[in-house]
Amino acid sequence: MLPELGHFALVLALVLAGLQAFFGIAGPALGRDRWVAATTSAVAGQFVMVATAVGILVYAFVNFDFSVLYVAENSNSALPLMYRIAALWGAHEGSLLLWIFLLAVWTLAVAIVSRNLPERFAARVLGVLGVLSFGFLLFTLATSDPFRRLIPAAADGHDLNPLLQDPGLAVHPPILYTGYVGLAVAFSFACAAMLEGRMDPNWARWTRPWTTAAWAFLTCGITLGSWWSYYTLGWGGYWEWDPVENASFMPWLVATALIHSLAVTEKRGLFKSWTLLLAILGFSLSLLGTFLVRSGVLVSVHSFAADPSRGRFILAFLGIVIGGALALYAWRAPLLKSNAGFDLLSRESFLLFNNILLVVAAATVLGGTLAPLIGDTMGQTSLSVGPPYFRPTFLLAMVPLLLLLSVGIHAAWKRGRLEVAVKPLVVTLAVAGILGAATVFGFYGGRHALAITGFTIGGWIILSSLLDPIDRLRRHLSLSRAVLGMTLAHIGLAVAVIALTGVESYTSERDIALGRGESAHVGDYDFRLMGTQELEGPNYSATRATVDVSRAGRMITTLYPEVRQFWVQQQTRKIAGIYNLHGTDLFIALGDNLGAGRWSLRAQIRPLITLLWLGPLFMALGGALALSDRRYRLERAAARAGVAGTAHGEAQ
Amino acid sequence: MKSRFLIPLGIFVLLVVVLIVGLNHSREVGVLQSPLVGHQIPDWELPMLTDPAKRMGSRELKGQWYVLNYWGAWCYACRVEHPTLLQAQHDARVQIIGVDWVAGNQDENAQALEWLARLGNPYSTVVTDLDGRTAIDLGVAQAPESFLVNPQGVIVYKEPGIITPEIWRREFLARLPPQSTAPVANEGGS
Repeated sequence: MLPELGHFALVLALVLAGLQAFFGIAGPALGRDRWVAATTSAVAGQFVMVATAVGILVYAFVNFDFSVLYVAENSNSALPLMYRIAALWGAHEGSLLLWIFLLAVWTLAVAIVSRNLPERFAARVLGVLGVLSFGFLLFTLATSDPFRRLIPAAADGHDLNPLLQDPGLAVHPPILYTGYVGLAVAFSFACAAMLEGRMDPNWARWTRPWTTAAWAFLTCGITLGSWWSYYTLGWGGYWEWDPVENASFMPWLVATALIHSLAVTEKRGLFKSWTLLLAILGFSLSLLGTFLVRSGVLVSVHSFAADPSRGRFILAFLGIVIGGALALYAWRAPLLKSNAGFDLLSRESFLLFNNILLVVAAATVLGGTLAPLIGDTMGQTSLSVGPPYFRPTFLLAMVPLLLLLSVGIHAAWKRGRLEVAVKPLVVTLAVAGILGAATVFGFYGGRHALAITGFTIGGWIILSSLLDPIDRLRRHLSLSRAVLGMTLAHIGLAVAVIALTGVESYTSERDIALGRGESAHVGDYDFRLMGTQELEGPNYSATRATVDVSRAGRMITTLYPEVRQFWVQQQTRKIAGIYNLHGTDLFIALGDNLGAGRWSLRAQIRPLITLLWLGPLFMALGGALALSDRRYRLERAAARAGVAGTAHGEAQ
Repeated sequence: MKSRFLIPLGIFVLLVVVLIVGLNHSREVGVLQSPLVGHQIPDWELPMLTDPAKRMGSRELKGQWYVLNYWGAWCYACRVEHPTLLQAQHDARVQIIGVDWVAGNQDENAQALEWLARLGNPYSTVVTDLDGRTAIDLGVAQAPESFLVNPQGVIVYKEPGIITPEIWRREFLARLPPQSTAPVANEGGS
């Protein structure tokens, strides 16, 4: 009975989303204030219905209701509770429901926070969000109902995909999706402004916190995914330029550009139409990612079961939403004039370069990802591109971006006076260069021009980012959280650059075959296979090896890499043994049984890799810090204090 | 309306065209099957990976069920597919022939041998497609791709992507004759 209620809740949610879209868009357009007011109620109702559906599906998972097809396909009586809950997003139908739920959460948050915004504008934002909810709910009900019954019920479930039975992956999709879906808010703010045909002077300030929040989640989600693939897929890769990784990376690049262009729009009222375009593009790319993952047009580890009918639906939806937004853009953006000018060496210019380079980077990634499809269109057969394409093209855009960053943050708004900043910039660059060279020659050894460049760029960004905050502290001036957040995020980027430089330049890797008691030398370390044993987990059996790691005769640690064989799906999954020594990972993955007590193993020494996870974390924290800045809270408090704000908004 | 504001829309329309073609293409080779399905497999004969002096081809394989699996050491998705093939090789009804697709990778054959030594060899025989001509004959557009061929040499199924345990059960094993060990008498049981 419950699953039918869940299905019914989704139907009601669809109806309410339709109403939300209609009231939110038609209300302000026709000047019907009752309709405008009703939008919020539709939002609340839709949220309750979607949350009910999610609750019912979780309940079915927790209580082993194998009469629900999705539950039977993605769980098993031996599956631990945590993974039974995570199984909700273990496959296509449920993860789509998660998408819808998160969209409902964001929508509700917007409805609550924008009580202080001009009523009609807020209704338009919610209306556009309603269109998105409607489309996704329709998609679910038409092609991917998670509540479909399995009659007769299965005796036991087919189990969750073993790759997903991992704490890291249990949290990766919700966080990533929160970021993806969060970009819908910026998209809706942009569409609402275009529907109004004018951009409120405060528009950028309203939009910024939402964008930053979504961006911070996206940053965390991508990093978690990378970390997960590093320790669990068994070959120690952290980024493969796989289509789906790219699909998450492109919106991130555009969202990063958007954050920066919003800063210009907020401070100077410039780049208006460009900012709108970026807000549209960010979410469009996250929709495109959804299409690529779920339609089966590209082959990837992440692919859900390919189904062309789903592909056609998403493509049609994509066409309506993105095509509609871009058409609106072509129609309304010319009305938005920015008449202030700026000099070549002003902050505005540098942020423009930042935007261009980030968008170029996103475009090269897009081109590479779609290359197989473009090849098909032109009648070529196989036109698949891999890291040899992505790495250099991506660096080509990134290196200038990183070099301009240090200069850009010291440029003044509007005026092109860099003289004051030249000396500190040169000094910090010199210091960073010396430190970089010292690290390479003194510590890692070898003459590695690329490594010196990488370390220098990273060091320069850190040092030059600190110049301004330190100066202000010394003069006992206040530091806003926005500035601190920006500084932290830039340092995070630099940390990631340093990490990538270290990992790419100084990783030692070897595939070795060892018998019991034998050892192999990798980097400066010795890996000795002490033995293997068979283990049993709740729903798998495993072989665990014991590997002693030592350096110059001194014992460092013992690692236990595992290969798990899951019973139901007959799939294996590897758990690498990793020991972190001052930021360097000693990594060992167990391969195959070669017979006669011998095993193949993959050993890696990856210096600085810890920083690769810390850098993005700093970036996300920086985002969170900037979000909590006084001026966003003041804005709200001021609006709450009097109706004056709203009246002013309606005056035009 | 200034035309430069129409540029994004124009680019998007082009993108949609590419996606539509891509989707139809994936349907063609995927769900609606390649035009080769149901027809004789084009004659092929390729050198063995381990000993290029020896060759193997469709003629030798007449009379038995086999899967022709295109893969390459350069192919990321093939790594994902690999564990399934390792499991699948134990079915006595069908043998899995691996075709190492060089596809322009200079050290492909050496890397492929190293891959098989490291990750395990699921294939009864591994041949290599050096110039990619057989891949063109078979319409292989990407790796991995696999063909199920019956004893008469007819392609009965083509999988255009990763074989998962599920696909192996549903699309491959289900098309094979029942295992000879399965007692016929069981039918009356229920």
